[in-house]
Amino acid sequence: MPLALLKYGFRRKYKGDKYFPAARPLKDTYDVVIIGGGGHGLACAYYLASDWGIADVAVLEKGWLASGNTARNTAIIRANYLTPAGALFYEESMRLWRSLAGELGINLMYSERGHLTLAHSDAALRTSRWRAEVNQHLGIDSELVGRDEIAKLCPEINLSEEVRYPVLGALYHPPGAIARHDAVAWGYARGAMHSGIEIHQQTEVTGIKKHVGGSIELETNRGSITAGTVVQAVAGMSSEVARMAGFKLPIRSIPLQACVSEPLKPFLDPIVVSGSLHVYVSQSARGELVMGGATDPYPLYSTRSTLDFTERLMASMLELFPFLENAKVLRQWAGIADMTPDFSPVMGLTPISKYYIDAGWGTWGFKATPVCGKCMAELTATGKVPDLIRSFELERFGRMEQVGERGAAAVGH
Amino acid sequence: MNKRASNRLPEPWGSVIDRDHTISFQFEGKDYRGYAGDTLASALAASGQWLLSRSFKYHRPRAALTFAGLEANSYVQVGDRPNVLADLLPIADGLSAVGQNYLGSLNRDYAIHAGRLARFLPVGFYYRAFFRPQGIWPLWERFFRRAAGLGKINPNADPGYFDKQYLFADVAVIGGGPAGLSAALSAAGAGAGVVLIEEAAMLGGALNYARFQRERSEIQSLRDDLVARVQANDNIRILAGATCTGWFTDNWLAIGRSNRLYKLRAKYVIACTGSVEQTMVFRNNDLPGVLPASGVQRLLRLYAVRPGKQAVVATANAEGYDAALDLLAAGVSVQAVIDINRSVANPQLAERLSAMGVAVHHSCTVSEAIPGAGLRSITGVVVNQLTESGEVTGDGRKIDCDLLVTSVGYAPLGQLVCHCGGEFIYDDDVNSFSVRNCPPDSTLAGSVNHRYALEAVLADGRSAGLDAARALGLDPAAAADAGPDPGAAGINHPYPIFPHRKGKDFVDFDEDQTVADLQNAVADGFAHAELAKRYSTVGMGPSQGRLSSLNALRIVQRYNGGILAGASVTTQRPPFKPVSFGVLAGRSFEPERLTPMHEWHADHGAVFMPAGMWQRAAHYAGAKDQAAAVAEKIAEEVATIRGNVGVIDVSPLGGIEIRGPDAAEFLNRMYTFAYQKQPVARCRYLLMTDDAGGIIDDGVACRLGDEHFYVTTTTTGSDAVFRNMLRRNAEWGLEIDVLNVSSTYAGMNIAGPNSRQLMEQMESDIDFSKDAFPYLAALQGMVNGIPVIAMRVGFVGELGYELHVPWSNALTLWEQLFAAGAGFDIRPVGVEAQRILRLEKGHIIIGQDTDELTMPRDAALDWAVATAKPYFVGKPAIGFSRTRRQSRQLVGFRLLNSNGPLPEESHLVIHDDAIVGRVTSVARSAELGQVIGLAYVAPEQARPGTIFRIKVDKGLEVAAQTVQTPFYDPENLRQAL
Repeated sequence: MPLALLKYGFRRKYKGDKYFPAARPLKDTYDVVIIGGGGHGLACAYYLASDWGIADVAVLEKGWLASGNTARNTAIIRANYLTPAGALFYEESMRLWRSLAGELGINLMYSERGHLTLAHSDAALRTSRWRAEVNQHLGIDSELVGRDEIAKLCPEINLSEEVRYPVLGALYHPPGAIARHDAVAWGYARGAMHSGIEIHQQTEVTGIKKHVGGSIELETNRGSITAGTVVQAVAGMSSEVARMAGFKLPIRSIPLQACVSEPLKPFLDPIVVSGSLHVYVSQSARGELVMGGATDPYPLYSTRSTLDFTERLMASMLELFPFLENAKVLRQWAGIADMTPDFSPVMGLTPISKYYIDAGWGTWGFKATPVCGKCMAELTATGKVPDLIRSFELERFGRMEQVGERGAAAVGH
Repeated sequence: MNKRASNRLPEPWGSVIDRDHTISFQFEGKDYRGYAGDTLASALAASGQWLLSRSFKYHRPRAALTFAGLEANSYVQVGDRPNVLADLLPIADGLSAVGQNYLGSLNRDYAIHAGRLARFLPVGFYYRAFFRPQGIWPLWERFFRRAAGLGKINPNADPGYFDKQYLFADVAVIGGGPAGLSAALSAAGAGAGVVLIEEAAMLGGALNYARFQRERSEIQSLRDDLVARVQANDNIRILAGATCTGWFTDNWLAIGRSNRLYKLRAKYVIACTGSVEQTMVFRNNDLPGVLPASGVQRLLRLYAVRPGKQAVVATANAEGYDAALDLLAAGVSVQAVIDINRSVANPQLAERLSAMGVAVHHSCTVSEAIPGAGLRSITGVVVNQLTESGEVTGDGRKIDCDLLVTSVGYAPLGQLVCHCGGEFIYDDDVNSFSVRNCPPDSTLAGSVNHRYALEAVLADGRSAGLDAARALGLDPAAAADAGPDPGAAGINHPYPIFPHRKGKDFVDFDEDQTVADLQNAVADGFAHAELAKRYSTVGMGPSQGRLSSLNALRIVQRYNGGILAGASVTTQRPPFKPVSFGVLAGRSFEPERLTPMHEWHADHGAVFMPAGMWQRAAHYAGAKDQAAAVAEKIAEEVATIRGNVGVIDVSPLGGIEIRGPDAAEFLNRMYTFAYQKQPVARCRYLLMTDDAGGIIDDGVACRLGDEHFYVTTTTTGSDAVFRNMLRRNAEWGLEIDVLNVSSTYAGMNIAGPNSRQLMEQMESDIDFSKDAFPYLAALQGMVNGIPVIAMRVGFVGELGYELHVPWSNALTLWEQLFAAGAGFDIRPVGVEAQRILRLEKGHIIIGQDTDELTMPRDAALDWAVATAKPYFVGKPAIGFSRTRRQSRQLVGFRLLNSNGPLPEESHLVIHDDAIVGRVTSVARSAELGQVIGLAYVAPEQARPGTIFRIKVDKGLEVAAQTVQTPFYDPENLRQAL
């Protein structure tokens, strides 16, 4: 029994552990307004206060806190990307993750379970080796392993050669982790709130105007407010909000579905991914198998579920784990993934001065929450693009300097 | 068999059991008997075994509640199957089940003491500790993971058989209770083809066990009549024992029955899914012995099981009084009826019960159940007065009993409707959720629509059936509006929640969440119902909130000061009930594609390799495990083509025919090269880029006529290219037809210096001589009576003919070629040899030597880009890229030391410790006596002769030199012979 819990037991009356403030009126102006109260927006708010002492900040969330992709993602954290820019960025995120629970004072259940990307074809093996080589060159723990090693790391995987797509090898990334996604947002929200930052739920931005003086006016369902600087962090709706601000993003918004099984006694230690079979799975601390696959085949702004998704995904699951046929899918859901042409995010400046963008997170946004929040806060505070995100600026598409991560991000996780 | 207490009632109780058929089974290693028709839960209950499993957090005892498979309380493990609903599982001889989630034994679970720590485990306790110092969580996590989960998976389980079936219906009626039966009859009567889906094995729903405030015999004969009419109706197909688990866009229903998934497309759906009785919240409300009235009635009527000897009934509606009458009829002593309303819910029934000697009290409630030994039963209840505002007051009075029946109202089972757009909104008029926003072409009927009185339910079903008939145009005049049920408001108590200062007043039995847990979640700032849910996990267990989300919303809104009316809960997601992976997966359908010569290859020692969906002959060494023998065989196959004649099966290449006046214009737009002036009977290289100028496919275009092209694609790209063409032409509207003929034509590449001599031995109207059939010609004709498209292309760099042949004739021609070539010692050649042959010529393979950002310039393919054309897909990007600095160049290289460590594909090219490129292809060329390859390098390293470094395994670096390609026959003389 950890000491931290004793105080709850020995107190006569429950003492609240306040995460969020009660709703309060919107002010007319703020130094900084962050559109989007998901993990990224809240992290940015938190670091604005903690790193830069900026607290005249409002976070506007149209639904309830972290109700978008923060609540819908499958919480996988890894850094085994393909490009040096990508790998170094996510590696820095993993460094931040490791100390984040202590910093925020909330158990994020950050758990480095190891991450196996299975290869079932020559082409997949080549890509795996490419990623391993790039990772190793940059000092990231990642290697190509053979079937014998896979059998040791995850004996549950079906390694038979008598299947349609036998496993030939895998990219193994020992620090690959999972975390409790909601807790991340709550921890950042509480930290930001304690510094005086305002978080407004059920507050939707409906219009954006640029004033001659340089300030930006935001119309909301609760009246209009003026912001010195705006940060847009609205994964799933990035193009629509950018359109309101008056610029275009090279983004296609596509549903990404996922599902969980009923709780089962834990048997699966690592995170297992198969690009060829379009499946990834990990088992949470509750015992649920958390599973996902490829994005839907067409763009859509609806989070409906489809039957063919679970049919296809379960067929793939049984290819890898035939003994799971009696396990049951408990719940499926969908989020909207903002896909960029190069499978890398968009962070930094926009055509509008003092309006910064944090978008294009496709299927890879959760793992970047700490590092992206920190970088966006630095950009907001200083007006200068941090080196770590320089490669990801919106302008790269105009310059044909894309950061090609398809090989490391095509399966959505 | 052990001697056990029997709770079985005599006939006529027990409408679904067959007392002539006794079945033996085991639970927890002990022998039991039941009757055919019993479920595991009912048979165990008949033997006095109520306890089935243990709860998730505190390991509280769990027994079935509804006996309708609606809650995870009844989860047991059956062999390799975890989390099986014992109240839906039919018993069978030899069945053996055990409880779940206990330490020690089911009866004496030593983890039950976790409950004593509850005060130290406040809501969300796992967020508050276990993370300091940094890195400690993984140690705690091991403990948590041991405690997590419910059922067990056996990693050595044998696979079973699962399949799928498509169904179609004019009208799908979900639910075979009174509303569903009546809806099915009225829709079918109007001429609609109806599929009626019922989860239970027996039709009838509540008609099988409820009284509807009448005599049971009256209800039974009504039920028998309705069911008989449904069964006799030719327009109705009955799917009983089948659970509709998902309702997707456009009335696409997923229905599971045993190991089969039915996928039903209905023109119209009527949801008669009923409602689920809600639990009453008080201390120890989760113990075995506390049952909802509907569960008790099902036990009595369906299974002839007496649920106790001495009962107390706590009720807020007439259904509780009905249950008391049933209990009396079954010989159970009813100690008291506790009506939690300000006045009795049904004076008439109250009077009747009083006359039978039952004490009826109102304005009071059960505030606590008193546990028996090991919490496995109850020995009594504490009854307290209620204040006018509904608060528990006074010291309470104990009443002895072994059964507490509760009846406080229902929540509609509208989850399916919510899968495709419906919403649960709290509705003050009925003190429960109402289902709003039914999807198009569907409606609700029955208690899911808050009709409870029998006439109202039947009328609602009838009306829904007529609505369907009208919507389908079968009976345009059909009109019936059943109107609301005036009695609905009295069914559901607005707040059947009586918190206890000592806790254990459970709201969610899956997650062991109490009133205080929700109250504290709100106090922590998780005031929004959705946040409170996620923080406390209430409703997130396997029962999916069916028995908890209504009470949880009531509690959260009370403590956060919010308004209950109009409040909504989380979007309900599929499935309605957990569905097994096996049922969803069905029979795995992962087809393989085989060429017409596949068997021939296998007979000639081929070892196959996957290439997309295809199996291709890698080589003909007979076995793949002898590396030296394989290498020798591959070298021999290479030598065959370089020095003699060999044949490669290229059937997996895609083939697309484009015909029409705009055919050349279409190719001009789709591909980078120029095709308008391509002469008939000639081939030309095809290179396809995407909008960003990245290379996505290549192939050969044969112009067979002015308005007719036959184009090939890569093996893995054929479907995408075809799809891409259709999409683009939908935008462009050119006058062409596009036809995917990939599996119309098989292909064989006859290559080597003796290939012309071989072809000249075949009977053909094609002149294979050099002048008549020069390099890059494409001719049509007959070979040995088989029509072919023959083209001279140079992928492997020798004189050769690629023949595209109708699929069904391909094997014949292949065998004839080998017969004719016997004199030349002709050999089949596999993909591995082809890879070396093409590498010696410096030809790229799309996807291996390119990635999604490779532009033609990067791959030295600018010669195939016709920049003078007004437009092709990717032209703007390619044009723009030429104004930018190039970042990399694909070049040929040779290793300076062929005997040192060998690089592999994807090894990096390193310059000043920076990554500048990578190896994409590498092979040892016997012909050239060196190791050659293709690699991306920095543009300044692209000049032939430049030395660069490749990082190989173990951090070693090897030196390579940029070489002009082709490595072999640089003048390209041999292919043009």
